[in-house]
Amino acid sequence: MSDKARHQPDPAVGVRMENAPGGGQGGVPVNGRNSAQDSAQNSAADAVSEAGANTAPGAEPGATAGAGPQAPSATLDVSCLPTFAFGHRSPMWWGTLGLMVVEGTVFALAVMSYFYLRSHSSAWPMTGLPPDLLWGGVNTAIMLASLVPNHFAKRAAERLDLQKVRLWMVACMIVSLAFLGVRVLEFTTLNTRWDSDAYGSAVWMLMGLHTTHLITDAYDSLVLTVLMFTGPLEGKRFVDVSENAGYWYFVVFSWIPIYAVIYWGARI
Amino acid sequence: MSVADSTTQPRPARGPGSVAPSAPPAPSLAPHEAETLEQTWRDPPGIIGWFAAVNHKTISLRFMVTTFLFFIAGGLLALAIRLQLARPDGKLAGPDLYNQLFTMHGSTMMFLFAVPVMQAVATYLVPLMIGARSVAFPRMNAFAYWIFTLGGLMLFIAFFMGIGPDAGWFAYVPLSGPQYSPGKRVDFWAQMITFTELSAIMEAIVLITTIFKMRAPGMTLNRMPLFVWTMLAASFMVLFAMPAVMLGSTALITDRLVGTHFYNPGEGGDALLWQHLFWFFGHPEVYLIFIPPLGFMSSIIATFSRRPIVGYSAMVLALIGTAFFAFGLWVHHMFATNLPELGKTFFTAASLMIAIPTALQIFCWIATLWSGRISFKTPLLFVLAFFVILLAGGLTGLMLASVSLDTQLHDSFFVVAHLHYVLMGGAVFPLFGAFYYWFPKFTGRLLSERLGKWQFWLFFIGFNVAFFPMHVLGLQGMPRRIYTYPEEMGWGSLNMVATAGAFMIGASVLLFIVNVARSRRHGAPAGPNPWGAGTLEWSVASPPPAGNFEMVPIVYGRYPLWEKPRLPSHVAGLINEHREVLITSVADAELDHRLWLPASSYWPFLSALAVTALFVGSIFTPWAVVWAAVPVAIGTTMWFWPKRSTSDMRVASEQHPELFK
Repeated sequence: MSDKARHQPDPAVGVRMENAPGGGQGGVPVNGRNSAQDSAQNSAADAVSEAGANTAPGAEPGATAGAGPQAPSATLDVSCLPTFAFGHRSPMWWGTLGLMVVEGTVFALAVMSYFYLRSHSSAWPMTGLPPDLLWGGVNTAIMLASLVPNHFAKRAAERLDLQKVRLWMVACMIVSLAFLGVRVLEFTTLNTRWDSDAYGSAVWMLMGLHTTHLITDAYDSLVLTVLMFTGPLEGKRFVDVSENAGYWYFVVFSWIPIYAVIYWGARI
Repeated sequence: MSVADSTTQPRPARGPGSVAPSAPPAPSLAPHEAETLEQTWRDPPGIIGWFAAVNHKTISLRFMVTTFLFFIAGGLLALAIRLQLARPDGKLAGPDLYNQLFTMHGSTMMFLFAVPVMQAVATYLVPLMIGARSVAFPRMNAFAYWIFTLGGLMLFIAFFMGIGPDAGWFAYVPLSGPQYSPGKRVDFWAQMITFTELSAIMEAIVLITTIFKMRAPGMTLNRMPLFVWTMLAASFMVLFAMPAVMLGSTALITDRLVGTHFYNPGEGGDALLWQHLFWFFGHPEVYLIFIPPLGFMSSIIATFSRRPIVGYSAMVLALIGTAFFAFGLWVHHMFATNLPELGKTFFTAASLMIAIPTALQIFCWIATLWSGRISFKTPLLFVLAFFVILLAGGLTGLMLASVSLDTQLHDSFFVVAHLHYVLMGGAVFPLFGAFYYWFPKFTGRLLSERLGKWQFWLFFIGFNVAFFPMHVLGLQGMPRRIYTYPEEMGWGSLNMVATAGAFMIGASVLLFIVNVARSRRHGAPAGPNPWGAGTLEWSVASPPPAGNFEMVPIVYGRYPLWEKPRLPSHVAGLINEHREVLITSVADAELDHRLWLPASSYWPFLSALAVTALFVGSIFTPWAVVWAAVPVAIGTTMWFWPKRSTSDMRVASEQHPELFK
């Protein structure tokens, strides 16, 4: 690490520290580490950075520094913090959540449009029969079953277990082939076309939106699966696998209401 | 919680003039380390480097310039409209060109200027205000910029080829449907919506994640600058509002291109479905345009009153309230349709209710100004104009919220006057104030105060001369969107006055351009904090270094530069050789982890080109969605695919979080 000099005592810092609560020890090298001791273990003695690294609840940096056993430092050393994290600690989780909110809103509005059109129609479906139940039911079962390998892939990723991540990602890919194949059969048994009438348009819009998600999610997962075999890998990639699995949950769970609308909204 | 902390924050006992010099000398990096940090965060040189840039300040400046160019284009369209209407029986434009002019003017101002410019400014300022070195997803940020720019270009190319959209900026069906708008015109409009809304949604996700996860340690939600709060509220609104218009315009384009029947009453479709979907987006959009400027206001008023804003919590709650209520108003754009009376009553009540949080904020600002020591600089003038003009626009809004009056005034020039008072007063005036206020931060030089005052008065007077007569014209019965009118109607003189006002606005904007062009090179050097402001963006050099903060600050209050320094004051231990940022917790900004952000890449640009091929291609053949998906998939995969050298270095210095057993 070439940035050792930032820990050199700065005379200006010393002057200012006299204003600080419990200050007055200006000029002391703060969080002093030499470059040879640049590992997490060696700087463990630094109480301030430990408090930060543990992210203990309520460990507000300022409070720790003011009340801590050591003299207050001008800087708070964060070099012991982890370099990646899972779940809502990760920005990737928030980015994925944002996408889910947007796409969930699109689905919700498409469902509302479906019922809006239905409320203005005397017959629903306007002509012909409702979609056949067989392939929609089969696909719902396959998608629910895909949650099992998905769950284990997520779990393995959060334990950094590369072998199991590979295994369960491959399992997910096989299942995704199944549901994409059955989706083609679903389209052939909808008993309506997008240009037949407004009912057909609404059904195809819902199916099209969800199928787009199935395809993109399967492709994302494929890219990640390949990456798990070829590398380059680092901790952050396991976060990607975990978030990808979270998105998979969204794609499957959002299918449940869409399934209910497409297959039962035309029956009940 | 740190409530006690922040409520007892010290009032700045000293004026801004004396605060800045007494700011503590911060611990700093050695020069060679600062240089390393600068190199790490800088965009690559050369033409390819230009397309590979991802630094949030670079992208944001381009974004601001692009939106401003669209603002100029939209303004020129407006001048053409005003010239045509200046006298009865105008001959400048025929009905077809006139339809394109007002459609292009409205669409440009709404979709290519008003919403994106707020996000453009925010992607520059938010990281600086919260003590971060970047936005959260720098490549997605760059992609959002490119996709926006390409979508806007597509619209204007279509316009210059004589096939600009002509169905109004809200493109009501059946007029915009396949039967009454054959050809490709409305398709360009619908795909422009897809481009710009995709961009807006991505920017919203970038901003939300940046604000939640990248605040400097100690900057609890309760200490966030009010501008950051406004962007958080507006970004959440984007997530829920934009999908409606994307779905609506997708259904419109499939109706037009592949024969679906969403809006075709002949096959069970419904034209009002479009209005519901459009205004479910369209009304929140007004607040998307209006809420970020509330943050400009709070920043500028605090600085030029030399005191913190009165009623911080009330301001935040009012913002969130406004953001919620904004979703309950859309039907008031549809009072002239055959909706149930009970529904109209509800939406009238909701429309009146939203005045409450807005009034609350205005009272807080007045209290701030009242109890502060005011310094009348150009930014504050623009902000004060907000009070006058938005108030007038708000009052005509209250009139239009009444169903009976609305039915009379619907589709008249009264509505044109109202919406310009609201949007110009609520957004454009504060936006110009914001440019005067933050221009020194962007460029290191101050804009000329003298030219600024000239610009302000020309703008303020010109605006009222242009738009006030339109209220009267509307009451006299002049409908909007007519390309001319006969002399007997007696609307000639007021229209001439309005046109004169429009040219005053044009002159004012020209002065602004002159001011920017001159001051960029010859303006007075600004230094880090020319106004003596209290928030973090003023703690760094102007313009800021590539990595924003040499050392990430630690925050103890709402106006860190106005408060007594406390220790530790800065973060140490972030690596300078890579784009390492500090991730903190959502509510209290406690330390969480360090993360390497991706480096510069031209793949976001190439992906944007591929997506453009897909969107534009789909106007001509639905199969474009299939074949153009291949380059899109390649582009986005290359964008994601990690570099081995970087990954290896990361692995070597990796520190694992605590894992599940």
